[in-house]
Amino acid sequence: MDLSTTYMGLKLKNPVVASASPLSQNVDTVKALEDAGASAVVVYSLFEEQINHESGELDHYLSAHSDSNAEAASYFPEPERFHLTPYQYLDHIAALKKKVGIPVIGSLNGVSAGGWVKYAKNMQDAGADAIELNVYYIPTNPKTSSLEIEEMYVNVLKEVKSNVKIPVAIKLSPFFTSMSNMAHKLDEAGADGLVLFNRFYQPDFDLSKLEVVPNLILSTNWEMRLPLRWIAILYGQVKSSLAATSGITSHEDVLKVLMAGADVAMIASELLRNGLGKVGDILKGMENWMKENEYSSVSMMKGSMSQKSVAEPAAFERANYMKMLQSFKTHI
Amino acid sequence: MERRKITIDGNEAAAHVAYRVSEVIAIYPITPSSTMGELSDAWSAKGLKNIWGSVPSVTEMQSEGGAAGAVHGSLQTGALTTTFTASQGLFLMIPNMYKIAGELTPAVFHVSARSIAAAALSIFGDHSDVMATRQTGFGLIASNSVQEVMDTAAIIHRATLESRIPFVHFFDGFRTSAEVMKMEELTDDDIRAMIDEEKIKEFRERALNPEHPFIRGTAQNPDVYFQGRETVNKYYNACPEIVQESMDKFAQITGRQYHLFDYYGAKDAKRIIVMMGSGAEAAEETVDYLMNRMEEKVGIVKVRLYRPFSAKHLIAALPKTVECISVLDRTKEPGSLGEPLYLDVVTAISEEMSSNNPPFAKMPKIVGGRYGLSSKEFTPAMVKGVFDNMKNAEPKNHFTVGINDDVTFTSIDYDYNFMVEGDDVHRCLFYGLGADGTVGANKNSIKIIGEETDNYAQGYFVYDSKKSGSTTVSHLRFGKKQIRSSYLIQTAKFVGCHTFNLLEKFDVLGNIENGGTFLLNSPYSKEDTWDQLPIRVQQQIIDKKLNFYVIDGYAVASKTGMGSRVNTIMQTCFFAISNILPREEAIEQIKKSIKKTYGAKGEEIVKKNFEAVDQTLENLFKIDVPSQVTSKIEIPAIVSDKAPAFVRETLGKMMEGKGDEVKVSEMPIDGTFPSATTRWEKRNIALEVPAWDPEWCIQCGKCAMVCPHAAIRIKAYDKKYLDGKPETFKHMDAKGKEFPEGYAYTIQTAVEDCTGCEMCVEVCPAKNKKETKLKALNMVPQIPIKTQERKNFEYFFNLPELDRRLINTAVIKAQQLQEPLFEFSGACSGCGETPYVKLVSQLFGDRSVIANATGCSSIYGGNLPTTPWAVNKEGRGPAWANSLFEDNAEFGMGMRLSIDKQNEFAKELLAKLSDEIGKDLAEAILSADQKDEVGIYEQRERVDQLKKKLTQLKSKEASKLSEVADFLVKKSVWIIGGDGWAYDIGYGGLDHVMASGKNVNILVLDTEVYSNTGGQMSKSTSYGAVAKFAAAGKTTAKKDLAMMAMTYGNVYVAKVAMGSNDAQTLRAFLEAEAYDGPSIIIAYSHCIAHGINMAKGMESQKLAVDSGHWPLFRYNPENVLEGKNPLKLDSKAPKIKLEEYIYNETRYKMLTKSHPKEAKHLLELGQAEVLKKWKFYEQMAEMKVSESGEEKAN
Repeated sequence: MDLSTTYMGLKLKNPVVASASPLSQNVDTVKALEDAGASAVVVYSLFEEQINHESGELDHYLSAHSDSNAEAASYFPEPERFHLTPYQYLDHIAALKKKVGIPVIGSLNGVSAGGWVKYAKNMQDAGADAIELNVYYIPTNPKTSSLEIEEMYVNVLKEVKSNVKIPVAIKLSPFFTSMSNMAHKLDEAGADGLVLFNRFYQPDFDLSKLEVVPNLILSTNWEMRLPLRWIAILYGQVKSSLAATSGITSHEDVLKVLMAGADVAMIASELLRNGLGKVGDILKGMENWMKENEYSSVSMMKGSMSQKSVAEPAAFERANYMKMLQSFKTHI
Repeated sequence: MERRKITIDGNEAAAHVAYRVSEVIAIYPITPSSTMGELSDAWSAKGLKNIWGSVPSVTEMQSEGGAAGAVHGSLQTGALTTTFTASQGLFLMIPNMYKIAGELTPAVFHVSARSIAAAALSIFGDHSDVMATRQTGFGLIASNSVQEVMDTAAIIHRATLESRIPFVHFFDGFRTSAEVMKMEELTDDDIRAMIDEEKIKEFRERALNPEHPFIRGTAQNPDVYFQGRETVNKYYNACPEIVQESMDKFAQITGRQYHLFDYYGAKDAKRIIVMMGSGAEAAEETVDYLMNRMEEKVGIVKVRLYRPFSAKHLIAALPKTVECISVLDRTKEPGSLGEPLYLDVVTAISEEMSSNNPPFAKMPKIVGGRYGLSSKEFTPAMVKGVFDNMKNAEPKNHFTVGINDDVTFTSIDYDYNFMVEGDDVHRCLFYGLGADGTVGANKNSIKIIGEETDNYAQGYFVYDSKKSGSTTVSHLRFGKKQIRSSYLIQTAKFVGCHTFNLLEKFDVLGNIENGGTFLLNSPYSKEDTWDQLPIRVQQQIIDKKLNFYVIDGYAVASKTGMGSRVNTIMQTCFFAISNILPREEAIEQIKKSIKKTYGAKGEEIVKKNFEAVDQTLENLFKIDVPSQVTSKIEIPAIVSDKAPAFVRETLGKMMEGKGDEVKVSEMPIDGTFPSATTRWEKRNIALEVPAWDPEWCIQCGKCAMVCPHAAIRIKAYDKKYLDGKPETFKHMDAKGKEFPEGYAYTIQTAVEDCTGCEMCVEVCPAKNKKETKLKALNMVPQIPIKTQERKNFEYFFNLPELDRRLINTAVIKAQQLQEPLFEFSGACSGCGETPYVKLVSQLFGDRSVIANATGCSSIYGGNLPTTPWAVNKEGRGPAWANSLFEDNAEFGMGMRLSIDKQNEFAKELLAKLSDEIGKDLAEAILSADQKDEVGIYEQRERVDQLKKKLTQLKSKEASKLSEVADFLVKKSVWIIGGDGWAYDIGYGGLDHVMASGKNVNILVLDTEVYSNTGGQMSKSTSYGAVAKFAAAGKTTAKKDLAMMAMTYGNVYVAKVAMGSNDAQTLRAFLEAEAYDGPSIIIAYSHCIAHGINMAKGMESQKLAVDSGHWPLFRYNPENVLEGKNPLKLDSKAPKIKLEEYIYNETRYKMLTKSHPKEAKHLLELGQAEVLKKWKFYEQMAEMKVSESGEEKAN
């Protein structure tokens, strides 16, 4: 059974990739992921804010009260060097590369073009096999047009691409007016992979305190429908590799996204929920299913149910929606 | 050999040598010497080696007494050992100094000489401390400048090994210890060349070693002790020559020749000053001027080796022509015939003159004088005054110079305007705020000038005494010739004012020279700035024909992400305007220094600073100065004319920065100052202040409770008082059964006293239901509401207080109506300690006596000019005193003993006089229940009646009783201090006082670090916290002081954190006071030394409790009497991980950046410790307890 796949030119032994999550914070955990069968790992994200503000924040708190009082010129010892988060991140990538054989994909999370994107090169130098660029942006300014937002994505990608030789994937939100066009633009700008989709954590309200509170909820299975649809639509329309992420919990889900056209299926929530062993279960499940259904390789099924390959392309479009509503029956 | 030129301060110069010639360093922080220990610790942490290739071991002890003991032990076992200290710290070392000297043990203690605490503490410099050690047998050697500090350190470390005499090497605290000066650095080879290895071998051979044992430290008897003491004479006799030989050796290596007594002046001088310390530099500069410009026959002898005192060398240094000598001492020895150096010089010359071979034809006149106590300025004008005094036929003896003694008329006159500095020295003054980085920038500037140009350079920095909104004045000199001016700049060519509103606080342009340059950081545009200047400033700019430059530094800082730090921007302006270096080169050097300063903290902060530099020049403008004053802005009066006379006339001068003009007659004779003076010092330091919105207020009282400065206050009052209220005065109906029916309720901010910390807004639980970002308290800009709120606060202040008998103190909502008697202190904005201190003042202030350990709380509680301990309208309030750092528990216990004794005596007399006074009254007083406010009120009424009756009685007993009658009213003794005191230096005493069973209340303001001296580790510091002396994170657990206190069984113990549970805090304070025995409250106090957003300080407290780091509990021994477990846990089991608390604070988080592996390990240890401790407490709280100790059947 050939489970191998190619993602952004990287030869992977199977399509199950651990997506960016706290699981990759520990080298031993990543090793365990590899042992469980994961074919690559996307390391947790390094944030633009960490790169841009950590240094300033550290300086602020260390020196805010210095040279203000005759008795105390300072309040902290000054180490020779601080290993700030970006540097620790790079060290971590280097450590991962030493410990595991699977490809290690660095993840950069930010929105603006700027100095921080040079960390993509630093990740490459630290040994990363590829970069996943996570552009997490909530456009709240009513004066910002969709075109400007799209340009921002393209510019960030171009800037990162111009800094590195290794492949670069871009992780997107589903909230584009024209997802196909956006994918096309990014494809043109040189994206080696599109990772669909980013989950935007939705804030909650605390009614007793009248405060907005962050609320992290792990993805649920139904969320994979969105990437499933768009991968199916985009398959064949872009040169970039396609990765499905959000809500993938079982071997069936992996099979589905592969058939939609994904090169890899990325998993995190399920592993956080049920342990690293789930990777093995999924792989085993895939193999069994493929055996039962006489598939000899992943490549055989890749894109087999994409929009261009299915009997009813409209199933991914408005027609399907109309059909669904019309077929919904109440039982009152 | 070409040596490196470096620009450092005196402390670093001393530590540079001491570190390199030591194997063991034991220290304890004390201003102004702390830096020497801190540097040694930092060097040791990064592996810097001594001259033998080994990294010295640096250990912080629990006190200077402990440090001296450790030094003694280390020396006895053969390790080269040093220590650094000052003032009271040196005093604590004296017992060991006798031992170390008695045993002829080579060692050097480096001392940044400081005033001693007499009627008042002072952190500043003089020789009072070192003079108290001159009888110990230690040698004493003085350095007068930063260069000399490094040089003398090398000389004396050699001499001590050669002579076996231990030495105190001293230099003036602050003036030399903190002065930044360009100097030549000694290399390791230089230092190595000074040390005789053979002498080290001999030293080690004399050390304790079980391989060839002996004993040392015997007890001797009348037969031989005396002879034993005389055995050391030959070593002392030989010592001066050995020191001179070391000086000669040093001269061979470096070319700088020193002598035991160095003379400078005319060869045929008739009038000579003898002195030591930094003042000698100013004196030399003046001698130079008088000799060369005025052809006066004057000279100065700089005393370097003061002990052992060599009369021979002194005589040799004096010109034969001398007719009159003034010996200047920087110390005060009340009751003595004269100060020590004077007496020594008189003795030396008298003895020599009465010998067979008198050195002078005629005995010179010798007079002594005092100068420069507590870093009082010592200027060329004063030096000239001293020389002029010697011109008199009968020169004034035992004089003082630099003050106006209008009581005993010791002071000599001098011409204040006499100056010796010429145009060859550039003099620059910079006025700034502590928070804006002005001092840091100037330290960098002076380094650039010193190290990148061929100029000599000097920087000295003056701070005010406040911890919030503090102002700084930087004094920078540079020029081609060596700078000896050991005094503040008197006239400057360049003045920079980095904060606009300082123009109203200081006479910023008072010292600028005609045609000088004035640089102003102005929040206004270049067009508008002129009109915003006060009249005085405009007039000065016009009259002095100044070149006037402005920049909106805050705008540049904000644009470049620098926040309020204008340091780099103003530094760039200074270099750009002053042309010390070509502009391009200056910018390159600034950037180089930015990289050096910020590089370790990451590229981004470096980049931001670079951007600030780049954007500065385009925002810097020269202003065309109009020919006439256009402003209408007057400088406001510093003190209200309603203030008491003492505040207006004496404290007012200090507030104005004219404290030097205060006469002796104006100063209290015994350190006694009136209470409640901060209310007259309106500092206006907050940019934003809280404004009350009654519509949403739920009257919970939390805002007032957490306010560190008592700047937000609550009153409930009869509505009739609203008649005539100011138009904008806010009020609402008082709600709830806690308030009398039909009363009004007001929360009022004292906007001129508020520091803008925002803690009140943060804790306010009442949201504006229409717009949830707003609350019942919201921050608003201060300036627009200043005038109206000044009126409102005055009106509020004069509203009557609610009768204390009507206040339910058990409920915060009501309790916060109690008047705070601790107000507007100089504590840091958002201070975590002062809310607890204020709570004591509210609950018990009208009957409390407070012993306050030295530290933050004694500084914000007692630093002049104004002090925060206040009085109520009846004239009652906390009676407060500070003794020392180490003795506070004992000091407080002494107060208790005294009060109890006087109470007992009063009762005895009352019983005796019962018939005359009236049995009923006497009995009522004797049996009074004073457990609550009603009881105390009634007792006060009775005692008033008693006092009236006593005035009619003529007996001796009646007179005696009237002396002590006040003590018939209950007094509450509070012993307050920080963790440095309670856990470390004062623990022995604290332990004893807790064990005594006496009724004292101990409040430990636990910041888990030495806050006042700059963040050194204490035994309260936790696993993984970074502090000075724990740069790689503290590797041991926090001492559990509460647990130790509980082991006595009869001590009330509470651990509180107001930000987590304010009601529990209040309960603990009430119970502690009610408990008739020792009580200790350990209060979590967030602090600037934690590296947190101080506005969120209470949130930090909550996290500390939620993580289990700071469990809340109360241990009340009285519960045992009821068969209950005395321990009650008031917080729940840890509900968040330790890291969620600690990594919210820089003190912990920085370790994850500096030592990531250690951080991880220490986090694991810390987490385990928290869980273990919690389980232990939980089990303790569940135990069945009975008074007999036997398990009680259920």
